[in-house]
Amino acid sequence: MSGSEAGVNLPALTVALSQVVVLVVLSPLVIGLMRTVRARLEGRVGGGLGQPFRDVRKLLAKEPIRAKGTSWLSVAGPLVLMASSLVVCALMPLLGTVTFDRMPDDLFVVVSVLLLGTVAVALVGLDAGTAFGGMGSSRHMTIAALVEPTVLLAVYALSIPVGSSVLSRIVAARLEDPTSVFSPVSLLALLALAIAVVAETGRLPVDNPATHLELTMVHEAMVLESSGRDLAWLELGSWLRLGALLGLLATLLAPWGVVTEVSAPGLLLAALALSVKLTVAATLLATVEVFVAKVRLFRVPELLAGSFVLAFLAVTASYLVAPG
Amino acid sequence: MSVFRVLRLIRRVGRIAESAPAAPDPLPDLPRELTGSVQVRHVDAGSCNGCEIEIGAAFGPVYDVERYGARLVASPRHADVVLVTGVVTHNMREPLLRTVEATPRPRLVVAVGDCASNCGMFSAGYGVAGAVHEVVDVDLEVPGCPPGPEAVVEALRRVTGR
Repeated sequence: MSGSEAGVNLPALTVALSQVVVLVVLSPLVIGLMRTVRARLEGRVGGGLGQPFRDVRKLLAKEPIRAKGTSWLSVAGPLVLMASSLVVCALMPLLGTVTFDRMPDDLFVVVSVLLLGTVAVALVGLDAGTAFGGMGSSRHMTIAALVEPTVLLAVYALSIPVGSSVLSRIVAARLEDPTSVFSPVSLLALLALAIAVVAETGRLPVDNPATHLELTMVHEAMVLESSGRDLAWLELGSWLRLGALLGLLATLLAPWGVVTEVSAPGLLLAALALSVKLTVAATLLATVEVFVAKVRLFRVPELLAGSFVLAFLAVTASYLVAPG
Repeated sequence: MSVFRVLRLIRRVGRIAESAPAAPDPLPDLPRELTGSVQVRHVDAGSCNGCEIEIGAAFGPVYDVERYGARLVASPRHADVVLVTGVVTHNMREPLLRTVEATPRPRLVVAVGDCASNCGMFSAGYGVAGAVHEVVDVDLEVPGCPPGPEAVVEALRRVTGR
């Protein structure tokens, strides 16, 4: 590519931009699908797949009301979350394993960008100074502190056989050798990662996204004071996180369809494969949610400690079975 | 309940939502932003809870007003429609005013039940400050004591336009 002289990695940029576009379209659909699956299993009809799009479009058109005494954080927080979610979407190897040289989709880069959004939402919750906002933020940070080590450890276990903590390399290695997906190390790590993703994105049994009871809220409690376009960015940002993390999980479990070299038909096929994977993952997650209730807050650390143990076992096992 | 019992329940019940009746005419001066998606915050200004039971049924699985784009939310900041029930009592006058003030524009106020529109059977009560339209601007009134879920559903469909 002629652009590479100027330091622009065109294939990586193409993959990153197409991932952002595809996820901005797919993530609200994933939320709509999960709500519809839940509604159907409960005997209802539900708002339909397009309802999240309609909600966000309306929120963007409304005037934001900010409580008296709030600072610039209430304005900046939602934008930081949205920006961090977009960066995560751009970095994840969901459509292609082509990555930037200077800023690869390294495990530590992805986790720290995710954490940036987490902290931004927690600060938005604290900013208005309401009791529920502070309570939600404190719970959110407790869960985040328990989830991040599990995510790091689980992906670290996957990175040991590959010899690189860059997510693209891990997915590329899985594409080359599909049997490695079903090794005990990989399955343990993916199970740990699945529990961590459920906790990180605030789904049942850790947090109930449809709750109206302030005392049980985690994510909802933090956004109670946000309105209009602030709320739209918070909603869309957290949907994108869910889309990207579910996508990562599905891609690690079924890497087929991800391109290693950029071409238009290849990317189109990869986008199609990603939507199929996300559909299956979202349907599965929504179905499981019908059968479980939210666990008591003090039981959440036990659940996450369990997933940490799984991740730890995966790391141990990967050293035991590692060749040489 | 065990997983198998829930599975059996899901298979036996199937779909309980009744089929949708024909869409009513949308409100004439409906803000264009609200078409298709309306978040509802409910305020009990001094109701006997009869209307609440009917509203609960409207959002339940049988009437399922969520399929027309209406959803109950936990904060007036997220809401587009403030659903007010009951007469406005002296103690709830200020909270009602503040709730409507906390709702971002464009917003609508829907008064549900006879008490909300003309104080109903409580009109001579000593704790009554007045009907809802005497305290805040009301865009739509739903008559009935209490109005049935289908009336609540129809009112919300006139707001969502679906």
